Amino acid sequence: MPGITREEVAHLARLSRLELKSEELDHFAEQLNDIVDAVARVSEIAAEDVPPTSHPLPLTNVMRADEVRPSLTPDEVLAAAPAAEEQRFRVPQILGED
Amino acid sequence: MTDLIRNTAAETAQAIAAGDVSAVEVAQAHLDRINAVDEKVHAFLHVDTDGALAAARAVDAKRAAGEELGPLAGVPLALKDVFTTKGIPTTAGSKMLEGWRPPYDATLTRRLKEAGVVILGKTNMDEFAMGSSTENSAYGPTGNPWDLSRIPGGSGGGSAAALAAYEAPLAIGTDTGGSIRQPGAVTGTVGVKPTYGSVSRYGLIAFSSSLDQGGPCARTVLDTALLHEAIAGWDPMDSTSINAPVPAVVAAARHADVKGMRVGVVKEFGGEGYQAGVMQRFNESVELLRSLGAEIVEISCPSFTYALPAYYLIAPSEASSNLARFDAMRYGLRVGDNGERSAEEVTALTREAGFGPEVKRRIMLGTYALSSGYYDAYYGSAQKVRTLISRDFDRAFGDVDVLISPTTPTTAFPIGERADDPMAMYLADLCTIPSNLAGNAAMSVPCGLAPEDNLPVGLQIIAPALADDRLYRVGAAVEAALNDKWGHPLLEEAPAL
Repeated sequence: MPGITREEVAHLARLSRLELKSEELDHFAEQLNDIVDAVARVSEIAAEDVPPTSHPLPLTNVMRADEVRPSLTPDEVLAAAPAAEEQRFRVPQILGED
Repeated sequence: MTDLIRNTAAETAQAIAAGDVSAVEVAQAHLDRINAVDEKVHAFLHVDTDGALAAARAVDAKRAAGEELGPLAGVPLALKDVFTTKGIPTTAGSKMLEGWRPPYDATLTRRLKEAGVVILGKTNMDEFAMGSSTENSAYGPTGNPWDLSRIPGGSGGGSAAALAAYEAPLAIGTDTGGSIRQPGAVTGTVGVKPTYGSVSRYGLIAFSSSLDQGGPCARTVLDTALLHEAIAGWDPMDSTSINAPVPAVVAAARHADVKGMRVGVVKEFGGEGYQAGVMQRFNESVELLRSLGAEIVEISCPSFTYALPAYYLIAPSEASSNLARFDAMRYGLRVGDNGERSAEEVTALTREAGFGPEVKRRIMLGTYALSSGYYDAYYGSAQKVRTLISRDFDRAFGDVDVLISPTTPTTAFPIGERADDPMAMYLADLCTIPSNLAGNAAMSVPCGLAPEDNLPVGLQIIAPALADDRLYRVGAAVEAALNDKWGHPLLEEAPAL
């Protein structure tokens, strides 16, 4: 298996929306390498004919009735918002200016 | 007053129902104890004095009105800070949620309130339940009441420490890879990971949804069973909740008899890497069960040695997805919003500031394991290992009623020893992880002190899914026999705080 480089950690951090500091990159690269080395063993016994298990319960599409039920008020929901305005979450710009 | 904090939950509930003591007196005694010792232990992140006393007064009023009280009415409890509590701070041990007051109660919280349980406060934990020592809490570590310089286990170290320090007779934990059982083992208390799906996850801040399971913790097997029955049961608000009757765990805890039971000793758990004193107490437990009439069989589960690597692919993968919700938009921390930066930049700055190193490691590890070039080798293979582990369990439970092993390879290690060595830390969950991957039920019950360090050792008992009652039958038998042998419960040997 290829080792995880500093550049690869930077890429993973971008995908993970983590603005890592420069000094964190080397430290995490070393630790993630150790972990990935150790966990790569799983492929030793994962034969072709073994089906994957994603969940302990064999459930599919658990549905509830589509009906109106009591729910939180806008004020209750927005009480914990970092910023709110006119009964909405106020967020930084999502699309660029240009 | 001392007795009020040392009584079991069962005794306390009886005394309140009989009118020998009021729920308010019991709550106050525990709040006083917290005031006296928690500066040293740091089991609690938030103590809800007003809420606890109000809940206690309501129980006393109900009794005065002649209404029937439930089996845990008026009994104080320490709640892991990963379950939402309406209007009461809930942090999951993270700066990301500092000061957050949820607008709703978790189903588990609601059930506790309906049972008249008095919630004293919220307990310390590894951030988002990721860890085995509670050192990953953003709010500082918790001390093990047996030796405050040692870890109380994790992620539910605060809940286990609160029990061992007599700050509460009941506590709630969550177990994704051992976070109820391992803290139980290293603090000399009892903890159960119920069958996956039997305790609602609604309002439980998600770490790894296919593994997370809330469960009961206490100082005795019977108290654990009483709490188990109070919190378990189908919940339409959790789509992975099992719609099946809760096993009769209280009756099982009162039927401490293992005569004729077939008990399997997991061959793969023991030997190199296991502390001598842990193996000594475990082997004595095997002989004890034999002397009580159980039939002991050695069982090989070869895939179990792959459980730890599979877990450290599956859990981080699910975590990387679950924790994407912390985006600084709707609740929780937001930093760097200066009117210039984009939402995406603010999200990344906030997550950098709000998450600790272990959470960042796991998010990146999960992102790596799920990325297109590595998916088959890592996440895909781990899912296949999960199948093999379930097959090993199925084969074993075709032959025996329960499986046993040490809960942890070692006793409590010193705070700081493994803090920056993730792989060493992960080994603490070596024996507990298979049950999470398979979704079955497991308990840790104290089985003595390791001779070399005088610290508690836990015996792990594993039962098939929906056969949680077997844990309590075996656990209660071990507990009763050992209490007889020692002349008192193990916790009485803990040094005074």
